[in-house]
Amino acid sequence: MSQTVSMTVNGRAVSVTVDQPQMPLLYALRNDIGVTGPHFGCGLGQCGACTVHVEGEAVRSCQMPVGEAAGKRITTLEGLGTPEHPHPVQAAFIAEQAVQCGYCTNGMIMQSAAFLTKTPRPTEVQVREELANNICRCGTHPRVVAAVLRAARG
Amino acid sequence: MNAIIDRRSLLRAGGAMLVAFNLGLRPRDAAAWAEKPVATDEVGAFLSIDAEGGATVFVGKVDLGTGVRTGFMQIAAEELDLPLGRIRVVEGDTALTPDQGATYGSLSIQNGGVQLRAAAATARRELLRQAAERLGADAARLRIEEGVVIAPDGRRATFAELVGGRAFTLKVDANAPIKPPEARRIVGQAVPRVDIPDKVFGRFHYVHDFRLLGMLHGRPVRPPTLGATVEAVDEASIRGIPGVVRVVHQGAFLGVVAETEWAAIRAARELKVRWSNWAGLPEQAKLWEHVRATPVAQVQVTSDRGNAAQAIQGAAKRLSASYDFAIHTHGSMGPSCAVAEFKDGRLTSWSASQATHNLRKQLAMMLGLPVEQVRCIYMEGAGCYGRNGHEDAAADAALLARAVGRPVRVQWMRADEHGWDPKGPPHLVDLRAGLDAEGNVVGWESEAFIPKGAGGNVDLTAAELGGLPRENQLNPGNIIHNLAVPYAFPAVKTVCHRLETTPFRPSWIRTPGRMQNSFANEAFLDELAAEAGADPLEFRLRTLPRDDPRGREVLERVARLAKWQTRPSPQRVREGEILRGRGVTFVKYELVRTYLAGVAEVEVNRRTGAIRVTRFFCTHDCGQIINPGGVRSQIEGNIIHTLSRTLKEELTFDRGAVTSLDWGSYQVITFPEVPEIAIELIDRPTERPWGAGEPAAAIVPSAVSNAVFDATGVRLRSVPFTPAKLRAALQGV
Ligand code: FES
Ligand code: FES
Repeated sequence: MSQTVSMTVNGRAVSVTVDQPQMPLLYALRNDIGVTGPHFGCGLGQCGACTVHVEGEAVRSCQMPVGEAAGKRITTLEGLGTPEHPHPVQAAFIAEQAVQCGYCTNGMIMQSAAFLTKTPRPTEVQVREELANNICRCGTHPRVVAAVLRAARG
Repeated sequence: MNAIIDRRSLLRAGGAMLVAFNLGLRPRDAAAWAEKPVATDEVGAFLSIDAEGGATVFVGKVDLGTGVRTGFMQIAAEELDLPLGRIRVVEGDTALTPDQGATYGSLSIQNGGVQLRAAAATARRELLRQAAERLGADAARLRIEEGVVIAPDGRRATFAELVGGRAFTLKVDANAPIKPPEARRIVGQAVPRVDIPDKVFGRFHYVHDFRLLGMLHGRPVRPPTLGATVEAVDEASIRGIPGVVRVVHQGAFLGVVAETEWAAIRAARELKVRWSNWAGLPEQAKLWEHVRATPVAQVQVTSDRGNAAQAIQGAAKRLSASYDFAIHTHGSMGPSCAVAEFKDGRLTSWSASQATHNLRKQLAMMLGLPVEQVRCIYMEGAGCYGRNGHEDAAADAALLARAVGRPVRVQWMRADEHGWDPKGPPHLVDLRAGLDAEGNVVGWESEAFIPKGAGGNVDLTAAELGGLPRENQLNPGNIIHNLAVPYAFPAVKTVCHRLETTPFRPSWIRTPGRMQNSFANEAFLDELAAEAGADPLEFRLRTLPRDDPRGREVLERVARLAKWQTRPSPQRVREGEILRGRGVTFVKYELVRTYLAGVAEVEVNRRTGAIRVTRFFCTHDCGQIINPGGVRSQIEGNIIHTLSRTLKEELTFDRGAVTSLDWGSYQVITFPEVPEIAIELIDRPTERPWGAGEPAAAIVPSAVSNAVFDATGVRLRSVPFTPAKLRAALQGV
């Protein structure tokens, strides 16, 4: 039975009507709310492409039923920063040119941004460990690590 | 400006630029099936100047996430003296862009960019000629600044005034003078990529993000085994899912269409189908026996000098070995995706195809449409590293859209991608060689066992499953390259046994054949160096032809970069659990272009068999460099991707289908496993630009094999170098 779920996405109150509350949040974001920063990569929680912040925590939106997002504060890549006011991690990704196809980039940035709020001065090893479950097939890894460390330096 | 007067003046000026039409086309506008020139000998096929004096570049080569779009912009900006910000790029639209062939082989700059450069240089010469006419000045004394032609006395004519909004109608002159190196301002610079800000702020539009009004969502329902056929479809099984529009069924092609993506996903999962049994795949454990037993369609000799067999026979020392390389999947981060729309009997297809002009023909063939009725438009997808599933998703979408009469978007699930994208075929090479008493190679023979075919079209899965028209040919890429060697051995024979079949529909994956052949050659050469008691880098230098200074240079430079210590392999000290080693390798890509040398440093855990590549060094000569930042980034990416393939990746399968259907069963490199990478670029601004990117992948597997040998004395000849394989090999020492 269809059901309406309300949440805050990038500071905006939104409601979506879904047939099944078990539908992953990712599809609501991409198709109903119109934010395409988070990507579908595996739908299995294995790659990180779909990562968003839920109440400030990095969450894989392909694994979170939209029903569980009710009342929650969601931030996506679009809401993290803008060209005028970039998040330090976004600015660092540009400075390090840490993107190739960019399909993984959403996950890399969202995971790192949440990580840096808890671990503001990580070591290189900590960054690598934090991103160990984020896949990149284009081989941007060294630049991603450099970007996260650059963002941490401020 | 009055078009008629302008036309007359143009005709007086030599009739080179005629009034045509405004090229303010939106690339994604399906309505615009414009009559724009697309022939590769027309300047107008590549370039137009809009009414504001900005340029649009039209290229058949596409940016697969490699940054080549920025490179094209640099090339055009340089020759036209326009700022980068006033150039936009239209890629891979069959109605608008020239057919420059598929985007593969690291040929985008080498071929596509050089074509564009010639078109831009021709346009520049023409603009100068027109300006000279208008300003009554000598063309040779004019200069161009930011799209304005300026005479010595300061009078000016803008590009907009000269040609704005009208098409170039002149032929590309391949000899039109290009900017000399000292005058270049943009080419050769590490210009930041134009696509990165949008990608970082979530504003980039991938094909996955493309939506049309009234669009439905489709999902293919693939058979559980590669050869199964449909016996019965129980459409009632998904009746309870709201929003399901249609089950489309054509032979073994099955798909569902629904109003929402989630409904399509559920329907594809829950649809009950009875499939026939099929078990036509070989046993994975006996893959290499299967390859050896496969009938040979053709024997191709790729090099033959002297009498290699006899030379080896008479040699003081003889060596032989077999090298094999596992089946790989492209494993793009984003499963393949496409959107199709039929309108007035014409199909428009949006996809991330690396070859839209070829896809157009394939879709027309499958659907029984004249080619003119099909338009394929490129939109960037996830990086593809070769012919992955994008074209197949486009075919799925086309069949589904035709069936329901509304636009349909198809995105595969992860298991569709891992299970059904075409695969890099199994590759097997036997080698034999002989050394004389001084340790010189006197004869070299190799035989590769690889599927037939080249770089043509890979059949569309939907056509295959649906029993629809297709070319029915194998095309694994030009996998014979680099079996012949760049060394001056007195006697060499290299032979490819081109096999009739291969277990999975093959296609090219990054560095097809060149990677596998270079692995075999460069690791086997290392075996010979060890047998000769020679330092492996010295051994290569002394075996390279004297008249190949660029080859020597990359090797000499990598020795300095990696602080190479001259000594034979393996190293003598083998104490403790962790053994360390280094390996060198050399590749001249396809024996005619980009030169590379690499050094890998490894740590091997002899208890677990785990290999950790700690550092990787690469020296790289691709002639003229358009964007050193882009080249570095591509080299890094290729090294890391290939380390992943070398150390970890292997398709698994049972007798019916692929079983490595996710990232758990098909493991790839992770952040903690990525080595430090040091790259030295050799720029040659006066040379032609060669490919950069996939050549760097060719040096990886052999460098690692050689380093592991240096550390342990054990030779790894089978990719991937899993801990289990290394443990087994170490037990034999
Ligand atoms: S798409 Fe969610 S983790 Fe891969
Ligand atoms: S940049 Fe392409 S997958 Fe990471």
